[in-house]
Amino acid sequence: MISAPKPDLVTVNIDGREIAVPKGTNVIEAAKLLGVEIPHYCYHPKLTVAGNCRMCLIEMGLPAVDPATKAPIMDPATGKQRVNWMPRPQIGCGTNASPGLHIRTNSPLVKDCREGVTEMLLINHPLDCPICDQAGECMLQEHSTAYGRGYSRFVEQKNVKPKKTELGPRVTLDDERCILCSRCIRFSKEIAKDDVLGFIDRGSYSTLTCYPGRKLENNYSLNTVDICPVGALTSTDFRFKMRVWFLKETPGIDPESSVGANTTVSSREGVLYRITPRRNDEVNDTWMTDSGRALYKSVKAGNRLLTPTINGAATGADMALKAVRDLFTAGSVAVVGSGRSSVEEQFLTRKLADALKVSVSLVSRVGEGDQLLLSADRNPNVRGALVTGLISALPARKLTALAADIDAGKVKTVLTVGEDLTAAGLSAAQLAKVSVIYLGTHSNATSEAAKVVFPTLTVFEKSGTFVNQQFRIQKFAKAVPGPADVSDDLITLAELVAAAGGGIIPFELGALWAAIAAEVKPLATVTYANLPATGLLLDATPWAALPFIEGETLHYQPAGPAGATA
Amino acid sequence: MPAPVQRRLIFAHIDEPGYTNDLPCYLQHGGYAVMKKALARKPEELIDEVKKSGLRGRGGAGFSCGLKWTLVDRKSGKPIYLIVNADESEPGTFKDRYIIHQDPHQLIEGTMISCFANNVKQAYIYIRGEMPHGARILEKAIQEARAANLVGKNILGSNYSCDLFVHRGAGAYICGEETGLIESLEGKRANPRIKPPYFPAVLGLYQCPTIVNNVETLCHVKHIVDMGGEAYTKIGTPNNTGTRIFCVSGHVQRPGYYEFEAGRITMGQLLNEVCGGPRPGRTFKAVIPGGSSAKIMRFGERYKGKRKVGAELVDYDWGVEDVPMDFDSLGMIGTMGGSGGVIVMDDSVNMVEALANINAFYSHESCGQCTPCREGSLWMKKITSRMVHGEAREQDAALLKNVADQIPGRTICAFGEACSWPTQSFLAKFGDEFKGYAEAKKTKPAAMPLI
Repeated sequence: MISAPKPDLVTVNIDGREIAVPKGTNVIEAAKLLGVEIPHYCYHPKLTVAGNCRMCLIEMGLPAVDPATKAPIMDPATGKQRVNWMPRPQIGCGTNASPGLHIRTNSPLVKDCREGVTEMLLINHPLDCPICDQAGECMLQEHSTAYGRGYSRFVEQKNVKPKKTELGPRVTLDDERCILCSRCIRFSKEIAKDDVLGFIDRGSYSTLTCYPGRKLENNYSLNTVDICPVGALTSTDFRFKMRVWFLKETPGIDPESSVGANTTVSSREGVLYRITPRRNDEVNDTWMTDSGRALYKSVKAGNRLLTPTINGAATGADMALKAVRDLFTAGSVAVVGSGRSSVEEQFLTRKLADALKVSVSLVSRVGEGDQLLLSADRNPNVRGALVTGLISALPARKLTALAADIDAGKVKTVLTVGEDLTAAGLSAAQLAKVSVIYLGTHSNATSEAAKVVFPTLTVFEKSGTFVNQQFRIQKFAKAVPGPADVSDDLITLAELVAAAGGGIIPFELGALWAAIAAEVKPLATVTYANLPATGLLLDATPWAALPFIEGETLHYQPAGPAGATA
Repeated sequence: MPAPVQRRLIFAHIDEPGYTNDLPCYLQHGGYAVMKKALARKPEELIDEVKKSGLRGRGGAGFSCGLKWTLVDRKSGKPIYLIVNADESEPGTFKDRYIIHQDPHQLIEGTMISCFANNVKQAYIYIRGEMPHGARILEKAIQEARAANLVGKNILGSNYSCDLFVHRGAGAYICGEETGLIESLEGKRANPRIKPPYFPAVLGLYQCPTIVNNVETLCHVKHIVDMGGEAYTKIGTPNNTGTRIFCVSGHVQRPGYYEFEAGRITMGQLLNEVCGGPRPGRTFKAVIPGGSSAKIMRFGERYKGKRKVGAELVDYDWGVEDVPMDFDSLGMIGTMGGSGGVIVMDDSVNMVEALANINAFYSHESCGQCTPCREGSLWMKKITSRMVHGEAREQDAALLKNVADQIPGRTICAFGEACSWPTQSFLAKFGDEFKGYAEAKKTKPAAMPLI
């Protein structure tokens, strides 16, 4: 194997401390490695450098060399090479590490520059922090506190601009708060590839707007809200709902597709308020889809299953379990697992199928990939089912084999973990022929037809892991408690395994992972607790020959030509 | 010392009776003969002539033209573009428009020679949006030249081809900043680019190496190639070679354009003898020597220091009238030769009101891209407008200076300097007038509204 070439390291000196960084690293990032903050607004690590906010001005010097001989000029006082400091401050974001680069971030000039820029940014800013959604996570607020003057010398009229422009269905703009950093414009152009934003008018009257006749309505529009350093771009959904400092942040994974974008789920007192992307440079950088952010609404949806039922009548979990045990005893059970279940649930589903001595079918969900953060495989965890041994081949869209078995009278009971059998191709007549045991979060045709229903938790109400398209196992944690009468999915499944005669399996995550590690070879060294926040890449070679359907997305390259199997 | 006589090099035929801007007239006066000679020479020789001539850019910065051409990246294999900066927008400057209106073929000839010297296959004349008439003249002139095989394919039977197009600007001062101009030419907002990395010589128009030269500069190239770089250095003074066109406006008896050898005429000679001195009963109060962004000079002040004459350092002690009109002397005393727009103010002018007008211009023209200029220029405008039309406070003088000090050197382009230098210099030279403005206002009639 060829090892990756070592990055060309150069030593730079920041405030008298030396650090080796890859050549070309910009000064903001290099300083960050030393724990030195260089304040900035327009610079974003995943966007091109615009250099327009001027907040990251630093002093820069290069080692002095004789122009004729190129020999270093030494300073007799220190015995070191002399440094030629540039008379003017430079922008940190546009300055790249080169050998011997010297940076000052704490000189009087730098302090003066930051104070000046801060004052300039504030003079026409409405200073409406008390009613601004960004307050608490606002760069302008933070930098003004840290680097500002602390009082205003501005006695003129402030500029007046539109306060409530709807740029699109999900984004509302307060133009007065905008500091014209152009991050949103660059994001739309460079990442979302939907060039709809731009400035009109000049100077301090410049105003962010959509191109005539266009709207900011792509599925990534809310990322502009995330990267807006101030409260100019706001999420229409989250606007005026909650002060951000009250929000509890829980790491999550976007369950929309096999990309597995990392998220932060924000809640307060058991209520979800928003989902934002969590940076993972190997998966989603700092972005996520708009559709993935709206998923939290399903938690409070009206058709949520809140209690176990038998033949539609509410009952206790023990009665439901008893009914299931009877069905299991009668035999001829088929199990439908899910690519939306977590690895842990899939492991338990496998144990259940093993106890019942049947194989498991899965249903694939296919959509169009958008080449960014939404892949063609809309199940988040098909690879988890492969890794845990729940399945060995890729699932199909329709449960054709199961339908045939029902028609042939070979199946008397179908247990489905979250999958809507009707949507998977079973007719009402076929469902009527069998007893259905349904585990799921929301009511649907299958739950209506089911004999026994166990309500389950949404992804926000439980902890677990998904294996994404890169075979990266990533964990998510419980953000809010589930409804009162809904047991944890792992408990429900463990009890079903016991009911099927599969013995007692621990349902607590730590103990369960010991069992998983013992049985599932690819996960032998993994535990939930020791998984890094950015996930762990598993060895994908055992499944390399499978015709996965995903096309290219951000940080993912399909092994062969992409082709839908369904 | 009497003023020297004008040396009309670029403006040789401007306002000459009977001289028209069409090709036959230009040819009659020896037009395109220099280009014909140039096409027979090696391009490198032409660049050498320009380098030898010491020609400095006439757009305002006075950057060495030869050096600019040397910096062009010729190894990348990308095409090299040449852009004629005809976005003459600096208040007080009106030289390029005369060339465009009355002698467009001189510009085209100079441009084509420069293109040939730099192996340029495509050139653009970026003309200010507010000069539609000039654009039409240029378009007609280029058409004539193209028809006569002076522009386009296989020029004059040689195997050199280069086309030239006129592009009308979108009407903004910032379009004259070379990287802003390039952005505008590419069809975008004229937001200047950050340097590094976007030096036009390497990553200019369409990310290709690009030369941006002022109209007058390119006309000089024609004369340099005509007479030879060596001979050209004999005009003017060392390091300030050639002629300079001064556009004198304001409170003199004979405002207008005047072309002199650079450095051979002083401010006093220009204003008093050439332009006829102040209006009757008035005295000069101040002069801005190089377009409105240049720092103002106050009559009566003395400039002292040492300057290089040949290899020696000699003392100088100049009044405003004694300052030679060249890049270096004006730079030495803390202002600049700039674009040659000399704006004269006599004792009838109130400096606060004059600055309010200048600030109104710069705040209107700031592109709005980077913070210090965008916010600072408008803040300064709001302060001076309030002082003039509302309540003036004594502390405004100090505040104005402080705001202006936060801009230059911290912006993406030189507009930061352009918008802050007037305020800085007005405050430095006429600070007392600003401090006392509140009192003075009580006894004088209301100011005229801002333009």
